[in-house]
Amino acid sequence: MTVSQILFILFALATLVAAYLVVTVRNLIHAALWLVASLLGIAAIFVMLDASFMATVEVVLYVGAIAILIVFAVMLTRRVMEDVGSQRTDNWWFAAILSGLFFASTSILIWFTKWPNLPEGDVGDTVLILGKSLVDPNKYVIPFEVASVLLIVALIGSIAVALPSKQSE
Amino acid sequence: MIPLAWYLTFAAALFCLGLYAVLARKNSVAILMGIELMLNAVIVNLVAFWRYNEPVNVSGQAFAIIVFAVAAAEAAVGLALIISIYRRRETVMAEEIDMMKW
Amino acid sequence: MPEVRVGDLLVSLYDLLGWGLSELGLYPSVVSILQKLVAGFILANFCLLTPLLTIWLERKVSARFQDRLGPNRVGPYGLFQGFADIVKLITKEDITPAGADKTVFNIGPVLAVMSVLGIWAVIPFTSTMVGTDINVGILYSVAVGAIGTLAIMMGGWASNNKYALLGSFRTVSQLVSYEVPMIIALLIPTLLAGSMRMNTIVQEQQVWFIVAAPIAGLIFLISGIAEVGRAPFDLLEAESEIVAGFHVEYTGMKFGVWMLAEFLHAFTVSAITAVVFLGGWRGPWVDQYPLLGIVYFLIKTYLVSMLMLWIRVTVPRVRIDQMNDLNWKFLVPLSLAVLVMTALVDKLIPVDFSAGSRSLILFLVNIVIVVATLLVLRGVSRKEQAAQSDLQAEVNSI
Repeated sequence: MTVSQILFILFALATLVAAYLVVTVRNLIHAALWLVASLLGIAAIFVMLDASFMATVEVVLYVGAIAILIVFAVMLTRRVMEDVGSQRTDNWWFAAILSGLFFASTSILIWFTKWPNLPEGDVGDTVLILGKSLVDPNKYVIPFEVASVLLIVALIGSIAVALPSKQSE
Repeated sequence: MIPLAWYLTFAAALFCLGLYAVLARKNSVAILMGIELMLNAVIVNLVAFWRYNEPVNVSGQAFAIIVFAVAAAEAAVGLALIISIYRRRETVMAEEIDMMKW
Repeated sequence: MPEVRVGDLLVSLYDLLGWGLSELGLYPSVVSILQKLVAGFILANFCLLTPLLTIWLERKVSARFQDRLGPNRVGPYGLFQGFADIVKLITKEDITPAGADKTVFNIGPVLAVMSVLGIWAVIPFTSTMVGTDINVGILYSVAVGAIGTLAIMMGGWASNNKYALLGSFRTVSQLVSYEVPMIIALLIPTLLAGSMRMNTIVQEQQVWFIVAAPIAGLIFLISGIAEVGRAPFDLLEAESEIVAGFHVEYTGMKFGVWMLAEFLHAFTVSAITAVVFLGGWRGPWVDQYPLLGIVYFLIKTYLVSMLMLWIRVTVPRVRIDQMNDLNWKFLVPLSLAVLVMTALVDKLIPVDFSAGSRSLILFLVNIVIVVATLLVLRGVSRKEQAAQSDLQAEVNSI
């Protein structure tokens, strides 16, 4: 058991426990805060995979913006009664069995396949290569531009949806 | 070193937890949290495969960045929709939002 | 036994500690973990004790701005005023409001300080002294600062107080909005230096980046002041704005921790400005004696901190809608325009120009952008004045 294996097990267990608490906790604000904890754990896993840019983008994007949006949405849509009573639908046992089966089948597939070993050598500075490939006409400039159009559409659309309606009520 | 199978199992577990949240929670915002967990599991999977197959070829990371952008857009629009529905119907429980007009 | 170089004293002590620990027979990985723990502990203590001196300086200087003396009773020239304040805060009663969410209430201030201390891991004190020189240093500092926003949200909600909640909503809207021009303004030194690594950015500054990108420096300073919540953007926590905002229910040392987090964040933003725009640890004789780099870095950081203080005591507070207008209608388009122009001109300049001439050409481009902005602003305000006088004429004619 090398040090990095122990670290990975620690981070992965912490993230999975936090994710389990997200889906079972009754108080929604606590669920949002556990979501933040699991997202930070996922950022740590990215760092272990030598993808430091992805880790930083995850913290800026998810923890710094999306988690705050989710906390806002929970606060703006609360009534006093909503944390009382079961938070689970009536068929939750079916959902549990389904996800359990899915996890079991995927794990069996994973553990019975021969995966490649870690490639030798240092990964180097991926940020520069990533930046260049996202604007290279032979590489990924089209998905990049489409993603930016999607973001503008989402921006305008969410403002239009969330504006209070201007009709006389 | 850490075998690739560990990362993939971790991502699968995270995906299944998100799946359970989507199927078994009543509140729409909780369903959205489950969707975010599933998307994060997918991104972990992509980055793990990128690292273990060919780190020189950054297509894995480019794919992951596009998934980040799509996830952010979807979360924003989804939350705007939920707030707008709450204004009209006074509820966010997914089972009570079942009629298109009333 | 590694030699102790006086010119690079702290790094030599670090190596000496490592040699001493490995002489005890521990594994190399355990030795490096222990070395980093000790260095991190010393850095965190330095960060948490610096506000004592900086707050004294700030109170004295702002007092002189306002034609009064400032604290001068506790110790010579009032130097121990910080200790007196801490003792006062510790002895106050620690109240948790009824119905508050205890865990979240207590974690809020702690998370705020944690997020600010995390930024100090990537700031280069001198060419050989960086906590960890990751290749996305600048983005990391913005990312960890964003965790502080979440802490404020937690604090405002856990107080079980409508006004604290409203205050924290406004705070979060301000902090999240001002991250946009901050990141765009930080992209310009990244462009000029070719990397996001903090040490590389300092090393590429043969001419300070404030000459090649003054508008970017100004935008970063303004959005940094707004990110931290200092005046003129302190509508988040001023006593007359919604009863002191998100920390109204915090008493005693917990309130002290919120104040410490905000103050330390202001100092950290000054440090990042000094590193990225003012040349960090660069100065005469730094190559032979790297220890001088720390002196230069601290002088520049204190200069920017005093500039922030100057702005604080001079400019009145902005309203929430004025603040949003300033951000989305002025800072974001301006920063995007500066980014595009700088990128364009930087590519058009032939590569064999010296650093000085490149900076001069970029400086002239910035002057052109400033003139264009002032003309646009003049046109906009003329239209507003015309509309205002039309409205006044209508009202008068009734």
